[in-house]
Amino acid sequence: MKLVEAKKKKNLTISLCLPTLNEEKTIGKEIIIFRSELMERYPLIDEIAVIDSGSEDNTLEVARNYGADTYLASDILPNLEPKRGKGENLWKAIYQLKGDIIVYVDADISNIHPRFVYGLVAPLIHREEVKYVKAFYDRPLAFSGNVRASGGGRVTEILVRPLFSLFFPDLTAMIQPLSGEYAVRREVLEQIAFPIGYGVETSHLIDVYHKYGLEAFAQTDLDKRVHENKPTQALGKMAFGILQTFIKRARALGVIEKAEHETILRQFQARQDQYEQNLIEIVEEERPPMIEIEEYRKKFKK
Amino acid sequence: MKGITSLEKKLSGLEEKLKKYREVLLANLVMIGEIPAPTSDENRRVKFILNRFDEAGLTDSSIDGSGNGIGVLSGKDNSEAILINAHADTIFSAKIDHTMQVSSNSITGPGVADNSLGLAALVTLPYILENMEVELNRDLVLLAGVKSLGRGNLEGIHFFLDNNPFTIKGAICIEGMQLGRLSYSSIGMLRGEITCRVPESYDWSRFGDASAILTLNEVINKINDIHLPKRPRTSIVMGSIVGGTSFNTIARDATLGFEVRSESQEVVERAGETINDIVLEVSSKTGDQVELDIFAKRTPGGIPYSHPLTKCARSVMETLDIEPRLAPSTSELSALIDKNIPALTLGLTMGERTSKTNETIQIEPIYKGLAQLIGTILAVDGGYCE
Repeated sequence: MKLVEAKKKKNLTISLCLPTLNEEKTIGKEIIIFRSELMERYPLIDEIAVIDSGSEDNTLEVARNYGADTYLASDILPNLEPKRGKGENLWKAIYQLKGDIIVYVDADISNIHPRFVYGLVAPLIHREEVKYVKAFYDRPLAFSGNVRASGGGRVTEILVRPLFSLFFPDLTAMIQPLSGEYAVRREVLEQIAFPIGYGVETSHLIDVYHKYGLEAFAQTDLDKRVHENKPTQALGKMAFGILQTFIKRARALGVIEKAEHETILRQFQARQDQYEQNLIEIVEEERPPMIEIEEYRKKFKK
Repeated sequence: MKGITSLEKKLSGLEEKLKKYREVLLANLVMIGEIPAPTSDENRRVKFILNRFDEAGLTDSSIDGSGNGIGVLSGKDNSEAILINAHADTIFSAKIDHTMQVSSNSITGPGVADNSLGLAALVTLPYILENMEVELNRDLVLLAGVKSLGRGNLEGIHFFLDNNPFTIKGAICIEGMQLGRLSYSSIGMLRGEITCRVPESYDWSRFGDASAILTLNEVINKINDIHLPKRPRTSIVMGSIVGGTSFNTIARDATLGFEVRSESQEVVERAGETINDIVLEVSSKTGDQVELDIFAKRTPGGIPYSHPLTKCARSVMETLDIEPRLAPSTSELSALIDKNIPALTLGLTMGERTSKTNETIQIEPIYKGLAQLIGTILAVDGGYCE
């Protein structure tokens, strides 16, 4: 209730955007819970919009049935050539939705809870300097029936964290750089470019960091997030998209050469409630081709 | 029964008005249903329910000595109370994935009908009544009872009934389904387990013949041969069987879960004695250890069909076009009957696949179910049911 009062006092409007593609299994529950808890009981958000990439299942019907505003991404800004991807939906939401703050929440979360929204908007309501709030979790993987509380985030650990460690060490402070849940002020969203595919989260972090510095970010612990675990091949596609976005930005910002001097990998580990950064020095030393070694040439008479 | 006409007027259009509360009710249902609550481990679910009572401004809400969650919506005259009860436990282990799936017309998940919907109605009721500006004369005591099912043996509600400070004039137990259910009497019941164990010092000369499953099979055959009378109606339900570990090892133990149900207490007791004799006989014949453990009993009783409370409920159902299905109960109703409290059990919606992990309820009939519940509460509150 305090949060709702603070929001009113600051005269802010908040829009919730759920980007979807074939999400009929989870979308209904998300909308019911957000509408009940954050519109009917505690009026924190002003609109809930589903922006869909062209689902072939009943996603839009279910969403409409539970009272969300539903849009097809291709119907928004129809004069622009349509593109298909989650980033497209997030970008078009800036045009379509009216909020001063837009909260993005993935539609495939099965353990949805109102904290997914209030946890993200609270830092923006209370702190002027915060512009971009990112979620993090102890992410469990759902296994046939049983839920186990560990693992996940493979693309983060294998690709994004090593890349950030090399080129943008400050950004390794993001515990879950790829999480699909974040809340951002409109004034920031309208100033940054949106890759339409897998690279959208990575590019946001780099661009917001470049424009506003690390202090523009806040992170919220959303506890746990249960969603379908993706096969390794799908992660390969995702990594490829992220890498493209990343290289484009690293080149534009002239940080490619920086990699030669960085030898610290920055990882995170969770110890009960505490998250701590783990700095690991990894120096990849090299030996020259054997032919350049004098003793070798002598021995084999080369 | 006078005044019931004005009540009927109140009921007209109620079903439609209740649609407004769909999101709040279903959000409660989903959130409650996703908190596992196997019998005797309902703590987390009850805490959530208490939070909801607190949020609804029920200042007297608390968790009692047995772990029951209790909320009190004060009436104008708080010398008497109406009890609404929904059991908080489920038959599902905490290891089962409790995710609820919401589609346009239905919700699926373990325990969604039994009894997450009952609990959701219980916690949403104060919100709805406040919103509709309904002020009751009597206190409305909302009880989320623990340790109700199986071996729990109604421990929660028994504790509440033995220790509460209220003067309860009538009680309504709510269950997720089926809409139309009207239980006003309890039948005699005896619930137990028979466990067969092959002794550790196993005699290998009985190769192929010794097995706890075979011994249990012998017991089952003999129980099946028990002659049961057609009147009073009696049945023995062999509900579950667990035993053995793999294809090629001798089963060391096997357990049968059963229930004897009858309209006559005498028949229940006689059947219980016969089962005890069977157990002793099979045990001495096979040399295996056979044990009978009876952990729940109910005595038949209840209010008559013509009791004003039953009449009121039937009249409310008729007004709302609900076909009453009369069925005796062995659940919390019997604890209330034991205390001479006029009580009913009502169902809230239609559904299917009871007790399976994909238990499903329909959303649309819920409004009718809720209207029926509120109508019956208003009838009891108006004093039409005594």
